[in-house]
Amino acid sequence: MSGAPAYSEDKGGSAGPGEPEYGHDPASGGIFSSDYKRHDDLKEMLDTNKDSLKLEAMKRIVAMIARGKNASDLFPAVVKNVACKNIEVKKLVYVYLVRYAEEQQDLALLSISTFQRGLKDPNQLIRASALRVLSSIRVPIIVPIMMLAIKEAASDMSPYVRKTAAHAIPKLYSLDSDQKDQLIEVIEKLLADKTTLVAGSVVMAFEEVCPERIDLIHKNYRKLCNLLIDVEEWGQVVIISMLTRYARTQFLSPTQNESLLEENPEKAFYGSEEDEAKGPGSEEAAAAALPARKPYVMDPDHRLLLRNTKPLLQSRSAAVVMAVAQLYFHLAPKAEVGVIAKALVRLLRSHSEVQYVVLQNVATMSIKRRGMFEPYLKSFYIRSTDPTQIKILKLEVLTNLANETNIPTVLREFQTYIRSMDKDFVAATIQAIGRCATNIGRVRDTCLNGLVQLLSNRDELVVAESVVVIKKLLQMQPAQHGEIIKHLAKLTDNIQVPMARASILWLIGEYCEHVPKIAPDVLRKMAKSFTAEEDIVKLQVINLAAKLYLTNSKQTKLLTQYVLSLAKYDQNYDIRDRARFTRQLIVPSEQGGALSRHAKKLFLAPKPAPVLESSFKDRDHFQLGSLSHLLNAKATGYQELPDWPEEAPDPSVRNVEVPEWTKCSNREKRKEKEKPFYSDSEGESGPTESADSEPESESESDSKSSSESGSGESSSESDNEDQDEDEEKGGSESEQSEEEGKKKTKKRKKVPEGHREGSSSDEGSDSSSSSSESEMTSESEEEQVEGASWRKKTTQTSSHNLEQIMDFPTSLHVQPVSPPMIMSTSLAADLEGLTLTDSSLVPSLLSPVSSIGRQELLHRVAGEGLAVDYVFSRQPFSGDPHMVSVHIYFSNNSETPIKGLHVGTPKLPAGISIQEFPEIESLAPGESTTAVMGINFCDSTQAANFQLCTQTRQFYVSIQPPVGELMAPVFMSENEFKKEQGKLTGMNEITEKLTLPDTCRNDHVVVQKVTTTANLGRVPCGTSDEYRFAGRTLTSGSLVLLTLDARPAGAAQLTVNSEKMVIGTMLVKDVIQALTQ
Amino acid sequence: MIHSLFLINSSGDIFLEKHWKSVVSRSVCDYFFEAQERATEAENVPPVIPTPHHYLLSVYRHKIFFVAVIQTEVPPLFVIEFLHRVVDTFQDYFGVCSEPVIKDNVVVVYEVLEEMLDNGFPLATESNILKELIKPPTILRTVVNTITGSTNVGDQLPTGQLSVVPWRRTGVKYTNNEAYFDVVEEIDAIIDKSGSTVTAEIQGVIDACVKLTGMPDLTLSFMNPRLLDDVSFHPCVRFKRWESERILSFIPPDGNFRLLSYHVSAQNLVAIPVYVKHSINFRDSSSLGRFEITVGPKQTMGKTIEGVIVTSQMPKGVLNMSLTPSQGTHTFDPVTKMLSWDVGKINPQKLPSLKGTTSLQAGASKPDENPTINLQFKIQQLAISGLKVNRLDMYGEKYKPFKGIKYMTKAGKFQVRT
Repeated sequence: MSGAPAYSEDKGGSAGPGEPEYGHDPASGGIFSSDYKRHDDLKEMLDTNKDSLKLEAMKRIVAMIARGKNASDLFPAVVKNVACKNIEVKKLVYVYLVRYAEEQQDLALLSISTFQRGLKDPNQLIRASALRVLSSIRVPIIVPIMMLAIKEAASDMSPYVRKTAAHAIPKLYSLDSDQKDQLIEVIEKLLADKTTLVAGSVVMAFEEVCPERIDLIHKNYRKLCNLLIDVEEWGQVVIISMLTRYARTQFLSPTQNESLLEENPEKAFYGSEEDEAKGPGSEEAAAAALPARKPYVMDPDHRLLLRNTKPLLQSRSAAVVMAVAQLYFHLAPKAEVGVIAKALVRLLRSHSEVQYVVLQNVATMSIKRRGMFEPYLKSFYIRSTDPTQIKILKLEVLTNLANETNIPTVLREFQTYIRSMDKDFVAATIQAIGRCATNIGRVRDTCLNGLVQLLSNRDELVVAESVVVIKKLLQMQPAQHGEIIKHLAKLTDNIQVPMARASILWLIGEYCEHVPKIAPDVLRKMAKSFTAEEDIVKLQVINLAAKLYLTNSKQTKLLTQYVLSLAKYDQNYDIRDRARFTRQLIVPSEQGGALSRHAKKLFLAPKPAPVLESSFKDRDHFQLGSLSHLLNAKATGYQELPDWPEEAPDPSVRNVEVPEWTKCSNREKRKEKEKPFYSDSEGESGPTESADSEPESESESDSKSSSESGSGESSSESDNEDQDEDEEKGGSESEQSEEEGKKKTKKRKKVPEGHREGSSSDEGSDSSSSSSESEMTSESEEEQVEGASWRKKTTQTSSHNLEQIMDFPTSLHVQPVSPPMIMSTSLAADLEGLTLTDSSLVPSLLSPVSSIGRQELLHRVAGEGLAVDYVFSRQPFSGDPHMVSVHIYFSNNSETPIKGLHVGTPKLPAGISIQEFPEIESLAPGESTTAVMGINFCDSTQAANFQLCTQTRQFYVSIQPPVGELMAPVFMSENEFKKEQGKLTGMNEITEKLTLPDTCRNDHVVVQKVTTTANLGRVPCGTSDEYRFAGRTLTSGSLVLLTLDARPAGAAQLTVNSEKMVIGTMLVKDVIQALTQ
Repeated sequence: MIHSLFLINSSGDIFLEKHWKSVVSRSVCDYFFEAQERATEAENVPPVIPTPHHYLLSVYRHKIFFVAVIQTEVPPLFVIEFLHRVVDTFQDYFGVCSEPVIKDNVVVVYEVLEEMLDNGFPLATESNILKELIKPPTILRTVVNTITGSTNVGDQLPTGQLSVVPWRRTGVKYTNNEAYFDVVEEIDAIIDKSGSTVTAEIQGVIDACVKLTGMPDLTLSFMNPRLLDDVSFHPCVRFKRWESERILSFIPPDGNFRLLSYHVSAQNLVAIPVYVKHSINFRDSSSLGRFEITVGPKQTMGKTIEGVIVTSQMPKGVLNMSLTPSQGTHTFDPVTKMLSWDVGKINPQKLPSLKGTTSLQAGASKPDENPTINLQFKIQQLAISGLKVNRLDMYGEKYKPFKGIKYMTKAGKFQVRT
């Protein structure tokens, strides 16, 4: 090591502080002699009167120090220049002094008087720098002088000097901890300082000297919160982490009411939001379980802290962002923690070291609060250029974020990772797939299949890792996987990695009943190669032998005995031990061993499946962002994050008398000075007494003003709209007659009616009609397209006309996505009012055509008279092709009109978005109306939760789509179909056998059932007993290909090919259910 | 907090050490060397290494390891951020931050480090203030200094440290008052095999070079501030003003600084300006594999794409590649297996392509991984997100400054999977 010689040289110097230079180790002869000479001329240079020579000498000395060379022997010569007039020489002398004073204490004392003089200088900067050097000289004798100097500086006029005093406190403390009490007094005084310059430094001193004296913070809490934004970045970090601890001791947990939900983090996360809106009473069960706790009200001071730190998430400093993030994670109510995700994700663009730290923290957070990072899933995708350690952390986060919805995307991403050149990373990916498979039962088979395919990989490490993971997965459901175990058994010939061999042997032994023929043969092979195996493999061979002996002693008795005798003479005593032990257990000896009767129980007891867990689980008991958290071990000086108190300590301790503030002249000065720059933040750092009332009053006034303005606007708008509506009706009537003229058949007639309640372009209803009338499937395709196009045309013209007639309010044009939708829906709603006198006609029209019919969204009892139903109309949603359009039927069963019906702020799972329907101004008693909204389910069957708001109430509702509604039909030829199918094999293919009931054996029924279950288009097909259907998922546009191969006597095979494995699996399930019912 | 700092070059020599508290022996770096050996690659050295008595936090930049020694609990990002700030400061002072430059300016470096930390806690980290305390070396000043014997250390005292705008030095004077802003956007994208976008994001920054006399107060407004999804500011920007009006209002530091970095929300579809067509086949060592890459413009808003460089890490089994580019130059390093093709400008009429064959090492089997292609490019006068600066106003000073705004789009981490 290159450090070693330098180190010893260093030591030589420090060992003899007073020694002349020839005290050096003679071994370093050459260097020593030249050093000796050079030092001599340096001394001469320092002794001259010429500043330039002195400077030259000092520069060389500093360069020596920088390189780690010992220059302590020059101390006497250097220290003489401490009073030098030349400012640079002086600075360099200071540098030297601070470095060597500790070693040459007596000589260092010579310089003290110079600094003491400096402390009295009229210039604040000289005072500060004198104090800085004085306190940096680590000489115990001057402790009293330092103490005095610090005390004096703490009440200096200049904030800069006071800052320096704050810096000096920990220096003195580390020199002499007996001074603690006096230093705490100084800290207390400086904590009361109102300048941003001092705040950071004094909190730093507080943290180093007396972090346990929380009581010192009380009076300054509000001030610190308010000053925070103006403190320099480094101070912000220290203050924020101190305040986190403070808040944990002083406030009640904002999540106490949800603590019962903790087990299911996801649910708790979403639940908490509703909780807050409804008030704590809603979680009745939880509330009842808790011993009569008061409803939680956040302390205004707690709120103040959260509010004042939030802007700092925008800081350019990663350290500040992280500090705020951990504060929110530890202190904020669950609903508010989400804000930090975006900022943390931003940090991932930074240097790789920053990424490393941030990812570690994100990994911990993502276990507890998965929902928070789900929208940013793609930001954690791995690039081939990332360093391995970053890749592995990102993988960890991706695995934590994987859930039922996004697992297909995650797995697809993992598939590309497996082909990476970085083999460590590939191994980690396989582990990750294993964890996904254990966590998400639905994809277990898919994962397992994928892993089995990896077994034929050429890289042995990959194979070995896969075997280990497969072993763990198989343990969870061994019965169905005889095939895989057989496959693994074959691999024993090739795989050399001991861990993998051992895993295979264990598996065969454990499930030898599933592979009764193969197991003995494997044992035979292993017995042959026993002596050449690694120890862990040998142990497993013995294990396998024992298990086989117990289950199939006829075939394996001899083999077992052979293995056991080989093991008996093994070099490793563990193996010898194991062999002896096993022999006694399984081979009944003449003593009639009591244990051997239980051997079967001992060896073949059912074993619980291993739990694959994140290594980041439970790391959050360390304060996030801390060194201890990163290392997952307590670092020296780590301050434990206290638990929330049961009862809130008295909040009045933080009250500060008002006069004290206004009296302070210092503050006034600062105000004046800062006004031009910080006028905006001044309001915040103003008198603290306002902090008490501020949050409430502010929010109150906010809500008031918003509601006022809101209602005002809406009323005026509705006035306008009333007029518009009239005109609109006029326009639409003519429009309707036009449409009417184009209708051909009676059945066809109904469709446009359906369309009228629906949205603009609606081939969806067509296609659903086609599914109800399965006779006309293939020929109706053309018609459908045709029909759709003319319908599109008409709606376009209609909306165009309307635009001219109605003079739309400009606000509508601003919305870029939805204008056609808005117009047509309002048009549709009005048309309905005109033409359909009986609103109950509506469902009868649509229910047979749509696969699921009308479903209830809100029961009229729960909705206080408002009943809401919905139906998946299967029409493409005009605003956004990725959205599923949902028709919603409102009817008012109450006595009073329901006003201002709209969708309230939806709280949606990741990726899901909603295109709201335009607000329904009023719904008279007994009336019904419809609206169309679009939901982008993001190719998942997660429910979209949102609120239906009326002017007075809000109802929580959710729409969960059956998987078949997440796609739209695609038309393709048989050849195209086959080509695409060829591309989607392997993990993407799901095949299931079924028996068709008698009722379900003719073409029409089958086609109808399939198309009702899933929104797929039929693909023309040559053979009579094969049915093919194709579609694309709405969001990602991935193909979904369905093949039903019906054989005589009802046997059939259903195959779904889709990149979206989850959708495929679920579709298979749904279709089979529909067909076999 | 921070005890000591060691600067270590890539060959493992400690060429500078600085202690802010008691001296920590440099033998502590042995733990670091151990970790370095284990990591094989420089970028894989863990940034935090625990040792029995200390913790080593390091950053790796410009082929130098900056290793900070700490003894007690401290937020790791605090130290890492500080180390990066040190590197940035060096760069600001000397133009480049490299071992020879640091060695040549060791005294200035030492003085700067001394000012940046006091007892391990950051003191003055704003380069505006540091430059007032310790003048950066320039050729002219070095000459003058050697003749007159004057020094690098500022003779007037740093008043900026005391001011309420700690990032701006006082008494700034220019004869030409100018303010330039560069809007630079980077596209981070992963494109999959078939050419569809797996993920794409736009990250932008506004770098400013402001040379204005006195204490100007600037406001900068955008035509479409809603585009900015997530922003982070230089401390000079007034946050309240941004929150309420979406206007950047600030007193700028003197000289170069990064005013704002932003992220354009993922909901807006990112226009991908280039496409890469590739067909890369490897065959077993007996025959040659085919290799072909074509680069072409996609959504460029009528601008030319310049400075295109294609790099790709080939699998280890590749022995050599014989390729002919239709334009530009290419190199293949048989040791690191790095293929790099400097394309230059893309002419939409004649798309640049690189064709040829690859040969594998004798006996090596066909690699199952396909290389990823990394792309760099530049598009001048275009902010791909469509962000536009509306106007820049100055208050507080009387003169009329010269203002300029430049847009540029670059590839960030732009990767094509094959």
